Amino acid sequence: MEGFGPSFAFWVLAALTLVAAGGVMVSRNLLHAVLFLILTFIGVAGFFVLLSADFIAMAQVIIYVGAIAVLVLFAVLLTPRSGRDNGETRWALPGILLAVCLAAIFLFVVHDTAWNTVDEAPAGLDARALGTALLTTWVVPFEIASVLLTAALVGAIMLTRSPEEEAEDALV
Amino acid sequence: MVPLENYLALSAIVFALGVYGVLARRNAVMILMSVELMLNAVNINFVAFAAYLDPGRIVGAIFAVFIITVAAAEVGLALAIVIRLFRNRATANVDEAATMKW
Repeated sequence: MEGFGPSFAFWVLAALTLVAAGGVMVSRNLLHAVLFLILTFIGVAGFFVLLSADFIAMAQVIIYVGAIAVLVLFAVLLTPRSGRDNGETRWALPGILLAVCLAAIFLFVVHDTAWNTVDEAPAGLDARALGTALLTTWVVPFEIASVLLTAALVGAIMLTRSPEEEAEDALV
Repeated sequence: MVPLENYLALSAIVFALGVYGVLARRNAVMILMSVELMLNAVNINFVAFAAYLDPGRIVGAIFAVFIITVAAAEVGLALAIVIRLFRNRATANVDEAATMKW
């Protein structure tokens, strides 16, 4: 991990991620915002690769870029054109002020803390060890997460039924 | 090797951008995307801490996995609510769906 390569990759990825995240905030068209968001997700996946967490990077690409972004795109395209206007902003100045203050506090804390970093070169994240830990130490949160996903799926289906389907159910 | 502070600073900036989006934007889908941005910033933090502070590297990655799972569930439900809002009110502006707010 010595040398020029990782830090060069870091700055390129940082520029990509920050420009894309800024684009999400700036763009007036909701579709452009979604495309910038996909670019941000890809940049974050690059950071995970740089931190040698391959499995998390893969999950990021598959779930965020492959599923969540496509879901948001579908929602944008399913809604009428009037809802695609993203221009409306209220309380912009207090929002900017709060965000800048928050970032300043975070940056101060990050800079001021003496991080107790481990010196040894980071080994790659072992996907086998991750799976073992998920199914032994963390098995209860794992099961709760699966129940949560099922509940969210059922809830989403219930919420988006058409009025005709709801009328049919009311008769039974 | 890139210092840990660089990752933390980057994720702080991305998080602040997400905070601005949630506070100032009025479109429901836009607010949702800003929340996703904030969750991604948190994930960068967790994975960076796992790589730099924890020799075993497992716990931070587990947190990241759970955050990704919950984000997927959240997006599915929130977009269903947005589509429902469109059907009933023909708007995605959260200020126009404030019936329960006094």
